[in-house]
Amino acid sequence: MLTLLFDGVAYGMLLFVLALGLAVTMGLMNFINLAHGAFAMAGGYCLIVLMQRHGWPFLACLPVAFALNALAGALLERSVYRPMYAKPHLDQVLFSIGLTFMAVAAVDYLAGSSPQTVHLPDWLRTRIEIGSGALQLGMGAYRLFIIVVCLMLALVLQATLNRTRFGSRLRAAVDDPRVAAGLGIPVNRVFLITFSVGSGLAGLGGALGADILGMDPTFPLKFMVYFLIVCAVGGTSSITGPLLAALVLGIADVMGKYYVPKLGGFIVYVLMIAILLWRPQGLFTREARR
Amino acid sequence: MSAPGRPKRELPLGGTTRSVQGGQLTAPRQLATAARWRAWEFVAWLAIWAAPLLFAQHAALINEIAILALFALSLDLILGYAGIVSLGHAAYFGAGAYGAALFAKHVMPDPLVGLAVGTAAGALLGAVTSPMIVRGTDLTRLMVTMGVALVLLELANKFDDITGGIDGLQGVVIGPLLGRFEFDLGARVASFYSLAVLFVVFVLLRRIVHSPLGVSMRALRDNRLRLQSIGLSVQARLAVVYTVGAALAGAAGALLTQTTGFVSLDVLEFHRSADVLLALVIGGTGWLWGGPIGAIAFKVMHDLLSAITTQYWTFWIGLFLVVLMLVGRERLLRPWTWWRQGSVR
Amino acid sequence: MTDVVLQTDALVKRFGGIVATDRVSLRVERGARHALIGPNGAGKTTLIHQIAGMLAPTSGRVLLGGRDITTLAPERRVALGLVRTFQINQLFGSLTPLQSLALAVGSRVGAAWRWWQPLGRDSGVAAESELLLQQFRLLDLAERPTRELPYGKRRLLEIGLAVAMKPSVLLLDEPAAGVPGAERQDILDTVAALPADVSVLLIEHDMDLVFNFARHITVMVNGSVLTEGTPAAIAADPRVRAVYLGDDHPGAPMAGVARG
Repeated sequence: MLTLLFDGVAYGMLLFVLALGLAVTMGLMNFINLAHGAFAMAGGYCLIVLMQRHGWPFLACLPVAFALNALAGALLERSVYRPMYAKPHLDQVLFSIGLTFMAVAAVDYLAGSSPQTVHLPDWLRTRIEIGSGALQLGMGAYRLFIIVVCLMLALVLQATLNRTRFGSRLRAAVDDPRVAAGLGIPVNRVFLITFSVGSGLAGLGGALGADILGMDPTFPLKFMVYFLIVCAVGGTSSITGPLLAALVLGIADVMGKYYVPKLGGFIVYVLMIAILLWRPQGLFTREARR
Repeated sequence: MSAPGRPKRELPLGGTTRSVQGGQLTAPRQLATAARWRAWEFVAWLAIWAAPLLFAQHAALINEIAILALFALSLDLILGYAGIVSLGHAAYFGAGAYGAALFAKHVMPDPLVGLAVGTAAGALLGAVTSPMIVRGTDLTRLMVTMGVALVLLELANKFDDITGGIDGLQGVVIGPLLGRFEFDLGARVASFYSLAVLFVVFVLLRRIVHSPLGVSMRALRDNRLRLQSIGLSVQARLAVVYTVGAALAGAAGALLTQTTGFVSLDVLEFHRSADVLLALVIGGTGWLWGGPIGAIAFKVMHDLLSAITTQYWTFWIGLFLVVLMLVGRERLLRPWTWWRQGSVR
Repeated sequence: MTDVVLQTDALVKRFGGIVATDRVSLRVERGARHALIGPNGAGKTTLIHQIAGMLAPTSGRVLLGGRDITTLAPERRVALGLVRTFQINQLFGSLTPLQSLALAVGSRVGAAWRWWQPLGRDSGVAAESELLLQQFRLLDLAERPTRELPYGKRRLLEIGLAVAMKPSVLLLDEPAAGVPGAERQDILDTVAALPADVSVLLIEHDMDLVFNFARHITVMVNGSVLTEGTPAAIAADPRVRAVYLGDDHPGAPMAGVARG
């Protein structure tokens, strides 16, 4: 069971990194971006292409996945996302669905529709076993790596948010963009950087977790719900909220699929509905959202 | 009692004075004209009814359009009139589809009774889920509606001994309509059947929209606080409109099952919810014709794109969506405004 | 002796650490012309929100005609005759004044759920709506969507919707707020023309309106009641002058602050 817990934590951390960009975008720009999963997919495919067609080592692909998606995010934010900020949520939803459709079809065209296999390097395929019997903890090196990387990212992001000038500007802009702009904070630039980093993180997460999550053109649609759950349940005004929500989600999903395979994903959806009914503003937010 | 000029301080409220400004009451006439059918609406319906006769070889397509139009109309109630963004409306469509299918297979094959069953299935599910929908922000509502559809999809998948699972439910045989008209492969009976249902629903909704209930729904969309302050319950109205929307979606689903003799998990999938939303947005929300017009536009577009590129038509649909949202529906329909700067709304 | 139609019993509202309403006990008599004044932030609108049901008090009770309505939903209070207007116009932007009034009147007579006849087919509803349109100077704008109306007309509609409900207790939240000079008189006339048996509680900053209209004034500061009494007593009270009218403005009461 501990192994399951461990796997759940790894999955949860992955979901956290993937969904964080979305959470911040929603909290900052009040924009529902359902196309966020497309960046994750791009990161995953980037890894696969670089590793399999160009023989790059695993570790080298990760920063590239981040950088490419950060760049793509920045370009898209500037060009097509920015005019959509002021529009009603319905328009934003449809807009991002449209982008998702385009991304899905493009990947299908370029890489085919079958799921891609990832050949992990040997050093990630080892396994550490601690203890024995019922409380045995089996830690795959891959998942351990994921947990470590994501944890480091979380710490770096938390530090950035709380200790840097950019972080305080971001927090101000999340609280109230108009007042922040009035104080001379370059809100547009904050949006741009945040969106870019968020997309980059999604790409990184996609590359990091490509093996666990499964890369195929339907990825954005499959995982969109999970990302939205993390945001809706964890709230969009902190880093710890989505982190906790993602961990809960990851553990629930892994455990659910193991213990009750007949119901599988069903449990997660019911759990989500129940949580949203109980606390419509999310489990981990402190104040009511607009 | 004479009234004209500046009312003095002691102008009484109430009372039985019936003529104002010394003439006929204008208010009833003004309110009534809004509710009247315009000439073009009659023409449009004539054209629609003529379609299965004029385009007999496309009867199947006409049938699909009618069903999608009804589905979009049901979504218009929820979205255009109650302001609820739903990405899971297919849940009610699927409930109606499976309800009608199982009814035909296990109880009786009469289509009209089956239609009632499908509608009831949608209504029941709608009534049960509506309390969940009225709470929370746009995002949580979006999630809950998606969640409901996903849960239903999972359930239908897991209980595949009842629903037929991915392969679909076999052995659904629909009896003849009104005891006389068989559903044939030519889809002629089917298209008239679907059009008839669409027409009846449209006429009913047209009446409701201008009634006190309908106007109160528009008022709800405009300002909930004010609606409460004139003594009307927001929750009750939302529940009613959501249930009616779900019921009509169920009817559309039942029609699909009955006219094709088949149902599968496809009726509950996300793309159904997304497609109907897109169709409605193309046609325009908040006026009843948005559903039918959007359905026609969407299906035609779909067919054309699929003929050109069988696999990648979603790319072009996606592009269309993006452009539509960026440019705004109003401007898209008026090409001369594309190069004009300035606010859209 | 005196007939109290509306009262609050030690009403308290806390937002985290802030006490917005501090044990306010207010009594409004039948047929009252009762004004509620106080500086900005005194908690007047918060109090109205609690009386009307938009905000739940932290503790205390609201009683309408002796009946405890503290937990009653806003729309149910309206059905009992307790109606309010809003400081910031709350109107139906896409509906016309005629439709809005017809809806309000229809709600009062129990026709709100009718789905088979057009709005206003009931001639009683239509006649009354037309009368209201005339009374509130909205006849020539009756068929324009509300969002196209000028501000002063919208303010009139705001009050018109409240009057359409034939309230027994009417809460007016700054009816003249932000209304330009020319249309001010219309508002003042309207407020003055309210039937004598309607009990009115008026929040206002415009001292002209207050002292012309009110027979009884309550002064609120920082969430609690400072004092109350007749207009003459209030105007002469040095404490009121100090916190609200301003120490260095002796004599006549100040004019109201213009709102954007």
